[in-house]
Parts: sequence; structure tokens; C-alpha cells
Amino acid sequence: MKEESKGPPRWMNRIIEFYCDKDLVEDLQGDLHEYYARNIKKGRLRANFIFLLDVIKFCRPYTIQKPKILGQMTFFNLLGNYFKTSIRSIARNKLFSSINIIGLAVSMSIGVLMITYLSQLFDYDEFHENKERIYKVGTLYTDNDGDVIDLASTSVYIGDILKEDYPGIEDVLTIQGWADKDFTFEDKTLQLEGIYASASFYDFFSFEMVEGDPETALNEPFTVVLTESAARKFFEDESPIGKVFESGEDLYTITGVMKDMPSNTHLRSFEMIESFATRRHKAKNSKGFSSWGNVWNYHVYLLLDENTSPETAEGYLEAIALEENEKRDRYSLTFDLVNLANLIPGTGKSNNIGPSIKWNDINKLLILTGIILITACFNYTNLSVARSLRRVKEVGVRKVVGATRKQVLSQFLFEAILISAIALILSFGLYLMIKPGFIKEVIDSEGVELPFRMNHIFWYISFAIIVGLFAGLLPAMILSKLKAISILKDASRLKLFKGLTLRKVLIVFQFTVSMALIISATIAYRQYEFSINYDLGFRSENVLNINLSDSDLDVEMLKTELAKLPEVLNSSSAIMLPGTQSLYMLDIHYKADSLGIFYNMVDADYLNLHEISYTAGEGFPLERKDSLAYIVIDEKICEKFGFENPEDAIGEVFTNANDGYRLQVSGVLKNYQYADLQNELGPTAFVQNYGRRAYYLNVLVKSDNMIALMDKLEEAWRSVDKVHPFDAEFYDDQLQEAYAEYKTIFRLFTFLSLIAISVSLMGLLGIAVFTTESRTKEISVRKVLGASEKNLVFILSKGFIMMIAISAIIAIPLAYYVFDTYVLVEFRERISIGALELLPGVMLIILVALVTIGGQTLRASKTNPADMLRNE
Amino acid sequence: MKGTNLGEFEEIVLLTIASLMSDAYSVNIVDEIAEVTGRKTKLGVVHAVLNRLEKKGLILSELGEPTKERGGRRKRFFTISHAGKISLIKAKEQRDRLWSNIPELVFNGIG
Repeated sequence: MKEESKGPPRWMNRIIEFYCDKDLVEDLQGDLHEYYARNIKKGRLRANFIFLLDVIKFCRPYTIQKPKILGQMTFFNLLGNYFKTSIRSIARNKLFSSINIIGLAVSMSIGVLMITYLSQLFDYDEFHENKERIYKVGTLYTDNDGDVIDLASTSVYIGDILKEDYPGIEDVLTIQGWADKDFTFEDKTLQLEGIYASASFYDFFSFEMVEGDPETALNEPFTVVLTESAARKFFEDESPIGKVFESGEDLYTITGVMKDMPSNTHLRSFEMIESFATRRHKAKNSKGFSSWGNVWNYHVYLLLDENTSPETAEGYLEAIALEENEKRDRYSLTFDLVNLANLIPGTGKSNNIGPSIKWNDINKLLILTGIILITACFNYTNLSVARSLRRVKEVGVRKVVGATRKQVLSQFLFEAILISAIALILSFGLYLMIKPGFIKEVIDSEGVELPFRMNHIFWYISFAIIVGLFAGLLPAMILSKLKAISILKDASRLKLFKGLTLRKVLIVFQFTVSMALIISATIAYRQYEFSINYDLGFRSENVLNINLSDSDLDVEMLKTELAKLPEVLNSSSAIMLPGTQSLYMLDIHYKADSLGIFYNMVDADYLNLHEISYTAGEGFPLERKDSLAYIVIDEKICEKFGFENPEDAIGEVFTNANDGYRLQVSGVLKNYQYADLQNELGPTAFVQNYGRRAYYLNVLVKSDNMIALMDKLEEAWRSVDKVHPFDAEFYDDQLQEAYAEYKTIFRLFTFLSLIAISVSLMGLLGIAVFTTESRTKEISVRKVLGASEKNLVFILSKGFIMMIAISAIIAIPLAYYVFDTYVLVEFRERISIGALELLPGVMLIILVALVTIGGQTLRASKTNPADMLRNE
Repeated sequence: MKGTNLGEFEEIVLLTIASLMSDAYSVNIVDEIAEVTGRKTKLGVVHAVLNRLEKKGLILSELGEPTKERGGRRKRFFTISHAGKISLIKAKEQRDRLWSNIPELVFNGIG
């Protein structure tokens, strides 16, 4: 028998150790072991058995250890004391406390904002009763080059085949996101924004019906359901049920009225739903409508049976895709399912029906928020560690009286949480101030208003506790680790400054963040400015673009009407606005070659109005020849079709591959750019309009009173189109709109860098005050020995200047790298990042930091050494 | 009055502790009781009584040296406290008084 196996089995001991009171366990175990030693002679098994029996029998009320309520009770008893000491310590160091509280409050306001925003986002589509079982079909479109487009839309075909041929799917809903139409009732005509939806719409979504039967309202073709506000526009207080709208040649019957759309859904806020049966009816002669490849316009939702898993349904989709993809070689489609509640925030699919909010963007915001919060937490950590020397006596006395390490730890954590709680209250006020700006600049989507809800309070408080814990952990750990004896023996010799390098690292981190943010803001602004001032090769100044895309008015009539106004110098029509996001493509043939080009179809006035310049030839003549249109091409087309000189192209005739129309070259463009700076340029041309509807009217105006002019223009519009609203914007504004994202980045980063800078400067101020205070004796001695004020300021500031210099050395390349490799590559024409972009912000920060430190050190060096040393 | 009077088994344990002097610990007490009175007692019972007596303040305990046979654990030695002594004497007095009241006649023929 081995020596160590002589005792009873370990696990039996464990049992007794588990239940037995700590005071009794040793004695009891000893007794049992003694008995065991006696019993072992009768056999090991028997001894073990008796031991186990005894272990169980000893489990009596008096041996069982009491639950540790007592330990917790002391914590609660001490809470009052912690509260008192915390408040006293906050009140005693007013400067440091206010630095801590204000710094935390400023950055926590952003945290509060993010919490509210997130909670709103997670609220999207949560109100639908069947949300767990509703899945939306998405499409991945892969073309031959391997380019993938991730679409939120899919084909009607998928919905139909799933409904007919596959089990376990309770119902299928098909929606088309765009059904805007003009409706006429009696003498009133209005345009309503709408969607097409199949009959099961109300089985899927829990939108409330006010009038009409949700089960049947959308069954028949040519039926519509209105929202309450749309119904009011037409009928005021009358019931609209059964009334008939006229639209073009069709008659629509109103079968229901529903409550207005809430903003927290992935569907756009429409005013009416048209039955999808209408859509099917109209498309009954079109093969393309329900074809496999028509995945760009329709949205399919599945309501799964209780016991059908989404994986099963995904399996169906895979099988369908496998079968169909084999028949085609130009592209392939695969599908995925997304639960209704996960559509927003989503993964960034294109072609959404409503708002598109991406996890990607949210994560970026969260990271920025996190960085700002960490910066403020470091302030607290830094100042508390620096000042902890003042608290060591308190810790010593507490420990002598019997406080455990845990208790001291919880005391200082409590203090940190208390400070962050005070900061939370302040930050809520700040949050209310920044909220409108955030909604306008960053979220930038309709209907988001960040309402307050009761459950937010819980999240805010949890947030404050987490911030407090994070900020206070380090100082609390350092202080609670101290031994009472070493504190009371000689507090001044304590090695508290192990944290010294750490503190420097924290300050360097803060300033690196501040500098990186301010550099980012500068670069974003410079690129924005560069972009909006970039010469795209056409005139946009004083050009007003009127949107005609909703209207069916006669363009020539409007032009004549506008020409009557003295302020209107010229007007022209086009199908797109160069420099904004829209693009149109066309295939052209020349001899044996063919080429896809981006084009704009314009009337003859367009080229003059926009002051287009040519390297060869000229613009269109005002009159168009029969069966021939003119085209103005760019040099890329010349190159592709092999014209060595631009002059060679003049007079040549191309063919429009779509309709066979002949296009004669009248000129070659110089320096013209049709897209904003974020897109690569392809070959492009202006085609003389030969009978296509124009979407925009460009009006060159000259007036000192633009507001009055707008009224006049609207009046002219009214005389031609009474139904549609007048929608006009200045071209320059629209061009700037293309870079709105960079304006937002600039504003956001400016704002964040302001916060980070002020927080880190406050921290720096605190540390500077502390350092000079604790070095007063040294300063006095140096002064007595003959140091000049200049010397002293230098000696005291040296360390800080080093830290800020290190921050700059880290921040400058970091910001440069990020913008150079990730952000600015999106631009075709971009600024080069140079000293002008990198240095001003950094210099500003260094300057302010120097003033902060300098003020403190100068004050310290001016003190009279006699005052300081007298008491020695 | 339950608290002040000793129970029968309590009294025996207390007496045993007194008789063992400085050598009284749980296992030893069980052995001694078995030897002197012939009563086989369980360790658990004795333990519970010792715990109760200590709470009443009649005995005091301190930990001794660890021994090998106890798996390296220390013994808890018990000594009788002043209050313990008083309560023992009281118990004895009560009995003596009762004994002295018994007429000789009752036990005739037994002794």
C-alpha cells in the first residue's frame, strides 16, 4: 500500500470541507481521521465506508457553515461611510474633482447618445407579432467577372416557386418598393408614395387597419389601401372605403385605411399600398416580370411554419439556385435568409425598400465612442493614481481597524462609480444638446428621433457603473494593495510610483487620440474643399436644376414659360446631372467595333448653357436632322475607335446599339468629367435628344433676390403642371451633396477631436498642477541655489513636452497611413497629404498644451522659496 | 429551567473532561466514557454535546499540535471552565440533598 493512499479518499474530505463551518472543520476532520486509522485494521473498504457514513452524519445544523450574509452586511453598513468619505474627498479637491467629472461627462454624453441610438436601432421591426418566423430572401448576384452584388431584393419567381412547391412555408409575401402614382378623385389630383404588396401583407406585418378587412383588402387587382393621412388629404373626414381613384386609364378601388407608418421599420414610409395583383395583371404579357434573373425590383418574405427551421428554407433556396444556375452562364444567383428583426441594423445590402443602416457604420461610431470614453477614463485613472499619496493614511487607518483588501478596493471603486454617476447626470444634459446635431448630421435618415424610454435609465446606469469600474480599477488596486504597516511607518517612502511610466503611457495615448482625430478632421475637410472646388469642365454656378422625373409635363412649354422671366438667361434639358450620383449607359457601334459608354441625352441649349469646351469640332446645331442625331464624344472614345487626331472623328457616324439610331459626331470634349471624384471615369458622350423624355431642366439664372425668383419660377411651373410640387435645387449644392459623407466625417471628427482635446488638456492640467505642487520643495531649493525662472519652467515642462512630442510622432504617421491607404483611395482625384494637412492641428494642440503647462510651471517658479522652506 | 441545569449526558461528558484534566479531546472522551461507564457512544453525539457545552460557556477549547494519525490536523483540547465547575458542583449538591432526604429504609436489602 502506498504511503499517501493511507488516508481516506480525498473526495470524502472535500464533502466535509464543503459543508462544515471553517472553525470546526479541522477538529472534526482530525477526529474522523483518527477513527479511520483505527478502522483501517478491519479493512480499507470498511474504513472508507464508516468514514463516509460519519462524514454524512456530521452534517448537522451546528456544523454547517453559515452563508456569508454577514460579509455582505458589512459592505452595506460601510456604504454610508464610503459615501461620506467619497463626498468629502470630492469636495476637498475641487479642481481635480471637476476635471474628472467634466471630462467624464463630456465623453459620457456621447456614450449616452450611442446607447439611445442603439436601443432605437434594435427596436426596428420588433413590433411584428410573427417576427420570429418571418424571413426575407436576399440575393447574391455574381457575374462572369466574379463581381458580387449583395441585394436585398430578389425575384418574383423565387416567391412563387417556394409557395407552390415547397412544404413548411405557411405563406409568402411579395413586395415591390416603388409604386408612386398620381391619383385623381373628382377634381383633386395628388401624387401618393406607395408600394405594391401581395394579399398576405397584414398576416406578415402587424400594421393596424383602421377601416376595411386586412384579410381581403389586397386580394384583387386595382385595389389600394391608404394610410390615414393620405386618406385625409383626399377625403378629409369622409370614409374612403369603396371610393374609386382614377390614374391614367386605370380605376382603383379603395379597400382599406391603415394607421400611418411608424418610423421604426425597414419599409419606407409609404402613403398607400397597391395590391400586388395589380402588378401581376399589368405584367401578364411580359416574360421578364417573373423571370429567374429579374432580381432587382421585388422583395420576398417567408412566413415559416412553427416547426420549419430557417436552415430548411435555406436548403430549398440552395436547391432551386443549383438547378437554375446550371441553365445559365452569364451570371449566377445564390440566396440567403435574414430574420425580420435583423434587417436593421443590417449587413449593407443594396436595393433596400427603406432605410439602410449598416453594422459597419455603427461599429465605426462605437469604436470612436469607445476611444473618447477611454480617454476620459484615463484622466480619472491618472489623476487618482497621482493623488493617491494623499489617501494612503486613510487606507492605513482603515486597514489597521480591520478593513480587508477587498473592502478598500470596493471603497475606491465606489468612489469612482459615484463620480461617474454625477458625470452621468451632467452628461444627460449635454446629450440633449448634441442630439439634434447628431440626428441631422450623422444619422441623416427620416423619422429617427431618438425618443426617451424608461428602460434607457437601466442602460445609462449600467453604463455609468462600467465607466466607473474601468476608470477606478487601477487606482483602487494600487491603494488596496498597500500594507498598513508600511503606510504608518513612513508614508513618504512608499513606492507608489511604479505607476509612473504607466501614467506617461496614458497621457501619450490621450494626446495621440486627440492629434489623430484633429488630423483626420483636417484631411477630411481639405479633401472636401478640394472636391467641391474641382473643375469638372462645365459650368454649375447659378444653374438651377428643376426635377422633372415625377412629372409628365411638356418640357418645351415649360422652357417657353420660363423664358418669359427676365432673370432666366437660358434653359436646357437633360436626362441626368453630371457630377451627381446618377449614370446612364449605352452601347454604340462604329464599323466593326462596339463600346459601352456613359452618356447624357441633352437638348441643343445644354452645351452652351454649361459652357462645355471642345478640343475639336463644336456642339450641336439647334436643329436636328431627320433620322440622325448629333453626338459629342470624349477623347477616350476617340482612342477606342482609333481616331488618332480628335479632328478625324468629326463627321463620323456611330449607331446606337439599342435602337439603331444614327449618331453623327459634331465635336470632341475637352476636360469634361461626368462623375464625382469618387468614381472612375469611363468613356462618355453627350447625345442630342431625339425624342426621349428629359428628367431635368437646367436653368441659368441671374438675380439679386433668389427667394423672390424661386417664387416666380414656381409660379411658371404651376402654370404648366398643377399636380406635382416644384422641386428645384442649385447645381452647386447638388454637386456638394455628392461629398456630403466627407462633410459629415469632417464635422464628426472635428466634434470628437474637440472633446478629446479638451478632455486630455484637462487631464494634462491636472497632472501639471499635481506635479508642480509635489515638487515645490525641489523648486524652492533650486531657486535658492540660483536657478532662474526660465530654467525652472524648462525643467518642469521637459517631461510633458517629451510626452506630447511622442504623441505627435505616433499620431502623424498613423493618421497619414489610415487616410492614405483606406479613405482617400476612394477618390479618383485626391489631395496629397502634406505638412499643411498634418501639422496645423498638431501645432494647435501642442500650443494649447504648452500654455497649460507653462501657466502652471511659471506660477510654481515664481513662488518665494522662503515661504516654502520656512517650515522645514 | 433548561438552560441552567445540566443534562444527564452533558454531565457525564463534563465529568469526563474534568477527570481527563489537560488530555481531553473528542476521541479521548469517547474512549474514556466507554471505559468508565461502559456506554458505547457515537463520536457525533459527543461532538454535538461538546459544541453545546462550549456555547453555554461550561468548557473552554484550544487547538493543540497536529499529529500524524489525524492526517496532520490539530486536536481540539477541552478544559472545564469556572462556570463548568460551578454547574458540576451544583448538580452534585442537588443530588446529595436529594440523597440525604431518602430514608434508609427504602434501599434496605439492596446495598
